[in-house]
Amino acid sequence: MEAQENVYLKKAADLTYDCVRCGYCLPSCPTYLTMKTETQTPRGRINLVRMAAEGHITVNELSVPIDLCLGCRACEHVCPSNIQYGKMLELVKGSIRYHKKQTSSPLRRFCEGFVFKHVFPSKSIMNKLGSFLWVYQKSGVKKVVHMKPLRYLLPKKLELFDKGLTEAKPPFRKNDGRRYPSISERPALKVAFFTGCVMEAVFYRINLLSIRLLQKVGCEVVVVNNQTCCGALQLHAGEEELAKEMAKRNIEVFEKEEFDYIVNSAGGCGAMLKEYDGLFEGDPEWLERARHFKQKVADISVILNKLGLKLERVLSYRVTYQPSCHMTNVQKVTKEPEALIQSIEGIEFMRLNNPNLCCGSGGIYNLIHFEESMHILNAKMSDIKDTKANVIVTTNPGCLLQMKVGIAKENLHDHIKAVHLVELLAEACEITENRWI
Amino acid sequence: MPLQPDIVDQIVRIVGEERRVLIKKTDLLSYGYDASFGFFVPDLVCQVKRVEEVSGIAKLANREKIPITPRGNASGLSGGALPIEGGIVIDVSLWNDVLEIHRDDMIAVVSPGVITADIDRAAQKVGLMYPPDPSSSNVSTIAGNIAENSGGPRGLKYGVTKDYVLGLQVVTPEGHIIRTGGRTIKNVTGYDLTKLIVGSEGTLGIITEAILRLIPRPQATISLMAVFDDIVQAGYAITNVLTSGILPSKIEFMDQASIWAVESYRPMGLPINAEAVLFIELDGHPLAIRDEVDYVYKLMQKTGALRVQKAETSDQEEKMWKVRKLVSPAVARHKPTKISEDATVPRSQIPSFLKRLREIKDKFDIELVVFGHAGDGNLHPNILCDQRNKEEMKKVEKAVAAIFEAALDLGGTLSGEHGIGLMKKSFMPMEFDQFSLEMMKRIKQAWDPNNIMNPGKIFPKPGDRLVLR
Repeated sequence: MEAQENVYLKKAADLTYDCVRCGYCLPSCPTYLTMKTETQTPRGRINLVRMAAEGHITVNELSVPIDLCLGCRACEHVCPSNIQYGKMLELVKGSIRYHKKQTSSPLRRFCEGFVFKHVFPSKSIMNKLGSFLWVYQKSGVKKVVHMKPLRYLLPKKLELFDKGLTEAKPPFRKNDGRRYPSISERPALKVAFFTGCVMEAVFYRINLLSIRLLQKVGCEVVVVNNQTCCGALQLHAGEEELAKEMAKRNIEVFEKEEFDYIVNSAGGCGAMLKEYDGLFEGDPEWLERARHFKQKVADISVILNKLGLKLERVLSYRVTYQPSCHMTNVQKVTKEPEALIQSIEGIEFMRLNNPNLCCGSGGIYNLIHFEESMHILNAKMSDIKDTKANVIVTTNPGCLLQMKVGIAKENLHDHIKAVHLVELLAEACEITENRWI
Repeated sequence: MPLQPDIVDQIVRIVGEERRVLIKKTDLLSYGYDASFGFFVPDLVCQVKRVEEVSGIAKLANREKIPITPRGNASGLSGGALPIEGGIVIDVSLWNDVLEIHRDDMIAVVSPGVITADIDRAAQKVGLMYPPDPSSSNVSTIAGNIAENSGGPRGLKYGVTKDYVLGLQVVTPEGHIIRTGGRTIKNVTGYDLTKLIVGSEGTLGIITEAILRLIPRPQATISLMAVFDDIVQAGYAITNVLTSGILPSKIEFMDQASIWAVESYRPMGLPINAEAVLFIELDGHPLAIRDEVDYVYKLMQKTGALRVQKAETSDQEEKMWKVRKLVSPAVARHKPTKISEDATVPRSQIPSFLKRLREIKDKFDIELVVFGHAGDGNLHPNILCDQRNKEEMKKVEKAVAAIFEAALDLGGTLSGEHGIGLMKKSFMPMEFDQFSLEMMKRIKQAWDPNNIMNPGKIFPKPGDRLVLR
């Protein structure tokens, strides 16, 4: 175990030598903006990784600034030396994970391992979670909980997230293995749909709308059976081996049939899928298969933009767009979502002053580092309020949830709503998840 | 030597906010570097926001003889912000509350931690410009720029930081708050302490506010690119433009190694058999520069350019400058360590300097890439190496010395815009005789009798030499 901890750390340190310490990353870093010390910057973290590898600080000391990094990778985007910050971060997290496994209590180890190994990757558990949320929301329990004075029993943190959750998966719906025909006269593409774990459980409706939109532009859509979580949550927690398992399973099941594209509507998942090859260095067989897989991965906005979505309704909204960090910095998809929003008649588009600043969601960062996440969200919300937009569009479930939390936190529900791009487009096409077009 | 706990307590009391006084190990290690070489850990970092705090800390440090190193965002290339004798780092980067543009006086009043590019952006809103544009301007603080007297591509036409500083508020090493200069363009009252502080590399005091001169913003720009099959010929082309009566706003230069690096990194259609490319930008009234660009175009052809290309649209112009911007990442991909020198020669000596650099590259068998500002004689020879390879670094040390010798031979200087700091202090006796250096030391002694302000910088100690290993 000890050895593995050092192997990861050394590999991470090797990547730090590319850093020339110019500091160009500083203005891009959300934690520098809110925490205001060099320690909480990409340049600072890169330096501390080297310090730990050289034995000047312990892995425990290193873990504090590393855990506070959102992993948004905005720094990579502006780095003149092309530092592989994301890769370095994964390796360091791997090292910290091994270190903590040795030092943390057996119960904690078991719980964390259980969540990453058995909860997110498990369709049935995630479905049950979705069902639980659905029952909670539809049965009136939510209303009871929200009644004063009961609401005060709910911690502030949970109350905000609770307000953010709006549309869980109904228990009787099964999506896996289903095929949806193209409804265009000219079938254009055959695509596989990647559902994602949180997306499918919590934002099931958005996945359905995505499929409807793909059908509309002429795609035959297959929800491939036995697909699993993309593995990003595991990898970002330092569980590289688990992430590899997820990746292998997804590659296998999506190889079973020939598709033009593997489409998803979660910016973070898409980014992970597109970096599957990074997991298999030194394993030529899987590297090849991962490369083949990743070439087909596309965000839904790219496909809709490519095939041309016919819009039917005028929507008179003032819209701003909060790009998902991994959509921008990893998938490098920036133009398509904006182009789609602007193609809707009646929409007034207001670009954020600092769109590339992370919203503070960071996968499960907002659950683990609630206070820090809320400071970053405050900066984002003030930018949003300046645009005077009444609709915030996002392209990733984490960001969507965070935006909803932001709206709840600032009591803006009467003025602003947060939607996924797919929801806005569906509205403009008069598509609903239940009603056929 | 760690600070006594009661010193830390006193600093916390002066600042009044504990979270702006950093003493944790991971924090201290994060303030031990800048964009140059070298790593020195301070004993305490104080993130100041008011002049009274700076004055209080300076008085305390002067009394207790604790070194102070002022720091902005540490993007400097000569080690100015490195606390080489430990002590207190005064970080001004959070102190950015004042950024006033006074349109009628054509000046800006700014706090020390304001980002350089933000000043120009604010000036742009009222049709004005703050010209100094070091490539780090999106991250560098104005106080850091003033302390180092930073330049940038626009220096060719508009000069450097010192040409735009009208007045300063400074805390002296003894803790006194003083004012230099003022808000007027003309000012001959007393010694010009403003100019003394600009470029003093944090050795004479801590800059706490600046009054800057702004100029009318040129209405338009137009760019062209010229390709040469001989590097020295490109040098003559620069000289020919500069003596033609036209002063471009930028002349940037790329040698063959940088062309190759860019083409293998992101092919932009550059001719790979070319030895040099020049990028020239003209600014001013749209009608005037249209006329001037045609003249420069013909001049390039006459000086033997293989190809000259004018950017007709703003898209083309953007693409042209993108090529120039790609050089840095492209060459960095090649080798992990980049030593960026900024020895500068008189404009007429640009061709000779290019020749000498080529000889140095061959003699020491190093990877030398030359790109950057060229029109002002401030070529940037960059040595690509690997810090971990001790043998290679020995060669690099010798090559750096040879570059300085060449620049001085040609009537130039050790540093055009990066500063002396730590990196070049051992070469100071090459440029200055004993008494010239002695007068500088006396000034330092008068301002800082206890030698607490950024000690160990600029002036060499006997036996000092450049060490990159």
